[in-house]
Amino acid sequence: MANATDNRPLLRLSEVSKDFDVSRPWLNRMIEGAPQQLLRAVDGMSFELRRGETLALVGESGCGKSTVARLIVGLYAPTQGRIEFDGIDLALPGAAALRRRMQMIFQDPYASLNPRWRVMDIVAEPIRVLGLASSAAEIERRVAELLVQVGLAREDREKYPHEFSGGQRQRISIARALSGSPEFLVCDEPTSALDVSVQAQILNLMTTLQETLGLTYLFISHNLAVVSHVADRVGVMYLGRLAELSDADELFARPKHPYTRMLLDAIPDLQMSGKARTPVAGEVPNPLNPPSGCAFHPRCPHANERCRVERPAALPHGASLVTCHAVHEGRIQV
Amino acid sequence: MSEPLLEVKDLHVEFPTRRGTLTAVDGISFSIAPGEVLGVVGESGAGKSLTGMAVIGLLEPPGRIADGEIRLEGRRIDTLPYEEMRRIRGRRIGAIFQDPLTSLNPLYTIGDQLVETILTHLEISPQQARSRALALLGEVGIPAAESRFDHYPHQFSGGMRQRVVIALAICAEPRLIVADEPTTALDVSIQAQIITLLKRLARDHGTAVLLITHDMGVIAETADRVAVMYAGRIVEIGPVREVIHAPRHPYSVGLMGSIPKIRERDASGAGKHGRPRLIQIEGSMPRLNAIPSGCAFHPRCPKRFEPCDRERPELFAAGANRTACWLYGERNR
Repeated sequence: MANATDNRPLLRLSEVSKDFDVSRPWLNRMIEGAPQQLLRAVDGMSFELRRGETLALVGESGCGKSTVARLIVGLYAPTQGRIEFDGIDLALPGAAALRRRMQMIFQDPYASLNPRWRVMDIVAEPIRVLGLASSAAEIERRVAELLVQVGLAREDREKYPHEFSGGQRQRISIARALSGSPEFLVCDEPTSALDVSVQAQILNLMTTLQETLGLTYLFISHNLAVVSHVADRVGVMYLGRLAELSDADELFARPKHPYTRMLLDAIPDLQMSGKARTPVAGEVPNPLNPPSGCAFHPRCPHANERCRVERPAALPHGASLVTCHAVHEGRIQV
Repeated sequence: MSEPLLEVKDLHVEFPTRRGTLTAVDGISFSIAPGEVLGVVGESGAGKSLTGMAVIGLLEPPGRIADGEIRLEGRRIDTLPYEEMRRIRGRRIGAIFQDPLTSLNPLYTIGDQLVETILTHLEISPQQARSRALALLGEVGIPAAESRFDHYPHQFSGGMRQRVVIALAICAEPRLIVADEPTTALDVSIQAQIITLLKRLARDHGTAVLLITHDMGVIAETADRVAVMYAGRIVEIGPVREVIHAPRHPYSVGLMGSIPKIRERDASGAGKHGRPRLIQIEGSMPRLNAIPSGCAFHPRCPKRFEPCDRERPELFAAGANRTACWLYGERNR
């Protein structure tokens, strides 16, 4: 199966879009003549995931990053575009078997674990469903092994989720995700609900697991500092599109897209160097009524007429992909 | 320095339960000067929000102040009857909470809410109240305040709502603002705007701010001094620079180290293998019904020694900070 020398991408998204119908109820539409209203949450996203890497998607609330995660694991079906896993289109009949090789970790460990199940059953469920073990004893051995691997005790399998703290619950979620022996984990804000010291424990655990099991991560987060710690490559999303996709070193050293710069500028300065922050103006626009041209132009200090009218495409700039006229025209020094 | 505006002495907050009394805030003392921003940081369950609630007199029963005193401008406020405290709240103490949507009444326009609050606390005419409300909306950075005056809270974005809440909190020019996680529900770009606003208010109006947050970045940018709380106690307090760059208490050291920081990247090379780890504190915060003896942090502390599990440390001087750690105790000098 997968090995480190395999150069084909593990996952490829081509021009993937997802619309949500947010129209008023049918009866209202008939009576009031209101039109059908679609919200484009993800708008023509294309990117690849290499085996064994961590790709992070960052952006503010409503930018579509969680929708991308859910499209990939199949919780939503794309409206347009293709998602291929290991070279096979996930929309094809029979491709569902491929989904066994991916798992998801959610943000809220209080909501994602069944409160009426013991840890043993929570972690064993994927093993049972996927038929990965032949006997009860084998399942039990595997669960104990997983619990120890994520830093819990084997005795914890008899307990219920409410007996654990938030960080320990997230460890249970990780054990459960790993129990199906996936190659690929989609992590949607896995540490956002946790305290910083607990977040450090979970991030360190995820790094260790990646190194020992050769996992590939898609890491969704709004926190750039967390992302700078875990990611090999970073995609910055704005209003359903990729603004910039770069190697993490490059992105944090030389951000290109004005939105990336703005996000980096907005992070509170722990060093207290006293450097003046560029004030960030404005807010994310309403996705029901996105701005014309480049969606970022109303907040962008470099916007000109072309930005207001013509939608930029994601074009290569060095080793990065940047969706910005000003960068490609050389109006912004990068 | 001038008289402290807020003085909290030996505050204890308790919750009587069927299985005994839980002490959530265990003897903390601090003061805030006019125009000063005191940050209180700590992780969930450290007692920082309860401290804020005790100061504004909004502890939810059965929680109660079991001991200690709270003084605002020299006057004791923790023993005031409910009605009198209600007048002080809003007039002399403003409050900002994490979720702006629950702080606003969804059935009234923001203009009505502001005017009502202003008329409650200040003796001015409705016309004056209206123009004051408009001026406040302008001051907190709501563009075209006139046209947004008659909008309802749901018509505002999260960041704009928090601005309205701040306008409500400052409308009677309070001497003290208690801000509990004011930026936690907001996106980073909006967060920065709100921090800047809070800082400007403290500076321009000489308002003291008690800023409660788990976000060290927000503290670094806003606070003058910072208190680190753990298991209901202050473990370290000092000037913000000192606490962040030279923390003394092993818990503060671990807390600072566990915060992911942007960069160090280039230094480490960030190769696939041997990716840098964050500093981590083993274990987790104790539950209220099982606070360890002596120093509450001792079971997790890498530097614990003989007195730690038996005797509770007071705040000892450590450089410009004061820290509740036996490493800095007299006997250890």
